[in-house]
Amino acid sequence: METFLQQLVNGISQGSAYALIALGYTMVYGVLRLINFAHSDVYMFGAFMGYYIANSTLGLALGPSIPGAILVMVGSMALCACLGILIERFAYRPGRSPSPFTLSFWFGILGAGFGQLLGGTLVSVALGALAGAVLGFVLEKVGLKPKPQSSHLKLLIIAIGVSFFLENGGQQVFGADPKFFPQIIPNRSIDVGGVSLDTQKLTVLGVALLLMILLNVVVHYTKTGKAMRAVSFNLDTAKLMGINTDRIIAFTFALGSALAGAGGILVTLMYPRIDPLMGIMPGLKAFVAAVLGGIGNITGAMIGGLIIGLAEVMAVGYGQSTYRDAIAFVILVLILLLKPTGIMGKGMVEKV
Amino acid sequence: MSDVMLQLKGVSSGYGAIEALRGIDMSVTRGEIVTLIGANGAGKSTTLRNITGLVPATAGEIVFEGKRLNGMPAHEIVKLGISMVPEGRQIFANLSVAENLDMGAYLQKDKAEIARQLERVYTLFPRLAERRKQLGGTLSGGEQQMLAIGRAMMARPRLLLLDEPSLGLAPILVKTILSAMDEINREGTTILLVEQNANAALKHSHRGYVLETGSIVMEGRSSDLAADPRVKEAYLGEK
Ligand SMILES: Nc1ncnc2c1ncn2[C@@H]1O[C@H](COP(=O)(O)OP(=O)(O)OP(=O)(O)O)[C@@H](O)[C@H]1O
Ligand SMILES: [Mg+2]
Repeated sequence: METFLQQLVNGISQGSAYALIALGYTMVYGVLRLINFAHSDVYMFGAFMGYYIANSTLGLALGPSIPGAILVMVGSMALCACLGILIERFAYRPGRSPSPFTLSFWFGILGAGFGQLLGGTLVSVALGALAGAVLGFVLEKVGLKPKPQSSHLKLLIIAIGVSFFLENGGQQVFGADPKFFPQIIPNRSIDVGGVSLDTQKLTVLGVALLLMILLNVVVHYTKTGKAMRAVSFNLDTAKLMGINTDRIIAFTFALGSALAGAGGILVTLMYPRIDPLMGIMPGLKAFVAAVLGGIGNITGAMIGGLIIGLAEVMAVGYGQSTYRDAIAFVILVLILLLKPTGIMGKGMVEKV
Repeated sequence: MSDVMLQLKGVSSGYGAIEALRGIDMSVTRGEIVTLIGANGAGKSTTLRNITGLVPATAGEIVFEGKRLNGMPAHEIVKLGISMVPEGRQIFANLSVAENLDMGAYLQKDKAEIARQLERVYTLFPRLAERRKQLGGTLSGGEQQMLAIGRAMMARPRLLLLDEPSLGLAPILVKTILSAMDEINREGTTILLVEQNANAALKHSHRGYVLETGSIVMEGRSSDLAADPRVKEAYLGEK
């Protein structure tokens, strides 16, 4: 029983971190009908920004303390929000309008990636980049223009390009070697009836809960939140209300990215090892959580995150830890087979 | 007072290779109800989407109160005083009735004025007041049409564009909706009404244009159009 309660606490902590990341996927999907593959890299960026803030003069002076933790948290969230806005502004927004150069640029990035995979030499990377750039330009000029479906494909390719760019950029700037996140909150452990609650887990739970409540308030009770919901229902109709939809989309990216940044900090409280590719696995799991909850649905993302976190921790606790990462994908397969629209999903939005 | 509010000069538009409008000229004078009638696919909705900036005009000029609208983003055009009730109502199904109306007033800053306008909308459509907490998607077709008109009115437009408000409504509701439109017009809002229901549209308007495959083929006073044998045969189902 005690182990079960302990697992429950661990699972909920893990799950609320996934939920925070899943929210970004689901909100961006809501307004753009796009899976933002770069989201997991924003999460990684958040962890690194936290690392640098904690190791800055001010961060070191504050040390492991509540003001120190708030500085790291808020600073990292703000920087992630900025990154989210930049990604939207320079990749997805130009990608939404016919713009051969945008497609060319991000195709070029992808091409460079293939070059690196295939040859690994400077020449193969350069050739890949060139081929990608030309292909992107030609596609936009001749092929992809008039049909709206193809613009989704275009955004998807851009998303993969952005993700690749951030992961490789991260390896260049932050270094490919793992770093260890410093302690930012004083570590204490309380024993409640055999269940150990340490300050880390309590912080994760408390912060995640607080952020989700705040998000709900923003989405349901503010004008911008209502506009977000209007945009996610129908972009053109939202414009007819006088809503500057580009601005709402940018705001959505900022919000989702800030939550991913918070998720990055919270996860590193539990697992302090960080590296530029650290976002991939939690990103995938959070994406599964968003699909499980019903992509586009905010409550669904929260529930989905908790389920994935719990399932994972329980599987490790009672079964085999080698399957830890497989659990999310088993759930993904099950959900796609049983209820592809997810727990809270309503299928296609009904229109009259 | 022939005070031209909206003018379209040689406006063409389309979707990729599809040509939807081929150089149309029309105008709306302050205080009028003008109707644009035509069969399926004639280009009526495209005309309204050109005016509101949702679909760009590929040629010609659209001028509202002396300002050129071409190339202006849709949300800026709303600011100038043009609101549209889109085809199919396009109610935000995931928002409540009250929230839908809030969105209509998105650009309005004056709280007292918003409250007054909300009262006006609820007086015009008491049914909406009863359902203010209900989700937009759960309203009946007629109620959704009322909400779509109410939502557009929340922006306090000087020009109201209506795209087929009678679509799919029982005759009694068509009457309710068009009478509400008359009332809105009497209170000072100029109206451009797109309809397939030519009979009702010509009864409830001052002037009309007939659109056929992207070109205006007839125009005149609504009573004259209703009496025209060609209109009678093609649009009123009479011989
Ligand atoms: N989104 C679109 N993509 C491609 N073609 C379109 C699109 N919307 C309209 N069209 C085409 O443009 C032409 C004019 O369409 P429009 O919707 O303006 O007609 P309408 O007069 O409003 O018809 P209805 O009475 O059926 O609503 C039609 O040939 C239509 O097929
Ligand atoms: Mg139409």
